[in-house]
Amino acid sequence: MATTLSPIKSSDGKAVSVTKFPKDGPPPITVKNLTMAFGNFVLMKDLNFTVNHGDIFIIMGGSGSGKSTLLRHMLGLIEPAKGEVFYGDFNFTKAEPLEREEMLRHFGVLYQGGALWSSMTLAENVGLPLGEFTDLSEAEIREVAALKLALVGLKGFEGYYPSQISGGMQKRAGLARAIALDPEILFFDEPSAGLDPISSRLLDDLILELRDNLGATVVVVTHELASIFAIGNNSVFLDAESRTMIAHGDPKDLLAHSTDHRVQTFLTRGAEDAEKSARNHG
Amino acid sequence: MQALKQSQPAGGLSFARSDNSTLVIRLAGDWHLRHGLPEPDLVLKQLDTAPKPAKLTFDAAGLGDWDSGLLTFLMGVSEICHKRNLPADWSPLPEGVRRLMELAEAVPEKTGARHEVIHSSFLAELGQTTISYANGLDDFLRFLGEVVIAFAKLAVGKARFRRSDLMIVIQDCGANAFGIVTLVTFLVGVILAFMGTIQLQQFGASIFVADLVGIAMTREMGAMMAAIIMAGRTGAAFAAQLGSMKVTQEIDALTTMGISPLEFLVLPRVLALFLMMPLLCVYADCLGVAGGAFVSATMLDISLGRYLEETKHAITLTMIFGGIFKAAVYGIIIAVAGCLRGFQCGNSSSAVGDAATAAVVTGIVYVIVACGMFAFLFNILGF
Repeated sequence: MATTLSPIKSSDGKAVSVTKFPKDGPPPITVKNLTMAFGNFVLMKDLNFTVNHGDIFIIMGGSGSGKSTLLRHMLGLIEPAKGEVFYGDFNFTKAEPLEREEMLRHFGVLYQGGALWSSMTLAENVGLPLGEFTDLSEAEIREVAALKLALVGLKGFEGYYPSQISGGMQKRAGLARAIALDPEILFFDEPSAGLDPISSRLLDDLILELRDNLGATVVVVTHELASIFAIGNNSVFLDAESRTMIAHGDPKDLLAHSTDHRVQTFLTRGAEDAEKSARNHG
Repeated sequence: MQALKQSQPAGGLSFARSDNSTLVIRLAGDWHLRHGLPEPDLVLKQLDTAPKPAKLTFDAAGLGDWDSGLLTFLMGVSEICHKRNLPADWSPLPEGVRRLMELAEAVPEKTGARHEVIHSSFLAELGQTTISYANGLDDFLRFLGEVVIAFAKLAVGKARFRRSDLMIVIQDCGANAFGIVTLVTFLVGVILAFMGTIQLQQFGASIFVADLVGIAMTREMGAMMAAIIMAGRTGAAFAAQLGSMKVTQEIDALTTMGISPLEFLVLPRVLALFLMMPLLCVYADCLGVAGGAFVSATMLDISLGRYLEETKHAITLTMIFGGIFKAAVYGIIIAVAGCLRGFQCGNSSSAVGDAATAAVVTGIVYVIVACGMFAFLFNILGF
């Protein structure tokens, strides 16, 4: 997976540093006092957490707790009501649009439905960021796009349009596009949603492979317990009732040691509540 | 036994007092949803009848088959009990009924979850609508400003978009629109000539139909008709395309890749309509004149040569270029309105339809406003 790309270009055409987050530097992601709100409605407040180098960081919580919204705040798609998001020591929230755009080139994002551009073939989807941000020739872009598609198991599908492939394949193609520029931080929004258990597990394996071989830091929004325990080594738990994070750490440690019944109920798929209920009725 | 809401209910409901303080609700027979539900007022009436009961219980000994019809009735009774703080003994009911009721009541209603309908006064509605229109204009101008900046970047070669996309949009809003423009503008020419003929014939001035059609088409109608067609055809398509891309997060994907959606998606669309509208306008002018010539030849026996000669005398280059200039401006307005509505689209499939409708309405309204402003401006300038 050691694809050597031309340096990523900034908006003025100059090459920008390929390694934005050196291992001996500050943590790649720091969220400080973040409040997410829509008008007067506060969805989440006082979010504070750090994502370390090489982490597979899980954003978990029940439906409607604001997991995907947190991801959108971290990506700058929604402005926070309060607080800041830092990438290394770069204040992303306070940055100018052009500085943000340059930082975004170090990220790869896989959206829930793949979000492939429907008017382009899979190769064109993967090739677009390569064409925009590197000096690769057309032929080289085609080669790299084919490699990225092969990495996600879509060898030979370069000429297909998104509408011609299945949902799972679209997701994998989305992943190929997300890793097109060998990003240092990868974001996944509900990667397992809509996938059968086997495809879901294969995607988990792929995420682990990418983390290990690309050296990327990974942020995953999910509520799939199997995925959480299979790949996550750090996490934050968002609680819709208290409207803040109520746990932060390795999901396996949270399962073993957390005394908060909301965290336990979630991580045991409601088994704790069921046990209590059985005791009460017994 | 009290009557149920429907004429022939299968279930039965009756009331009794086990002592003066306990109301017994007797449920008998089959309770099925398709046979209707009893009025909740029946229970309320019993509760208000003196002596007022202090407790409520059930007698389900005669109860037959039941479905969610019975549950709906019992949930209504439960709500009445909660409101009146009236203790109820549910134990005589079948276990299945009790368990389903527990399930329905397991998660309490979330505070503030229920939407309250707020009735505003006419003046408040009028004020809010006015503010929303003002905000709409503000959004349009802001977006137009961003498009101007994108054009400035294009001028210095820094705008990012695919040239192939521009060619596809040019083909779509240029060559592919010829058919509909041909039909509509030819008919507009026919209608103008027909209306003019009826009046001008009375004064023996039939030949001036050529002047009427020629001036009307080149000054206003050519650009205007092309604009209205393109607002309905291409403006709506732009809004639907971008709206769908928003729903499927394709626009987010561009943003998080550091590619400006405005440059990548809006610029080729605005540029394409800006370039194609003048051509469509000239084509519309010609077709309108052709429509007028057709009416003159068939109704007035004016030869094609004479008609064209008269048209040539009537119209000036200023009129033609004025129309072309207006068409270019209308093209920008339609494209910006379509793209803006697409970007403002909500996250559902119905929102895409709404965006397309809004794009057409916004496009046509702003084109008409611009037309009025041009009429005023051209008058001052003496064109």
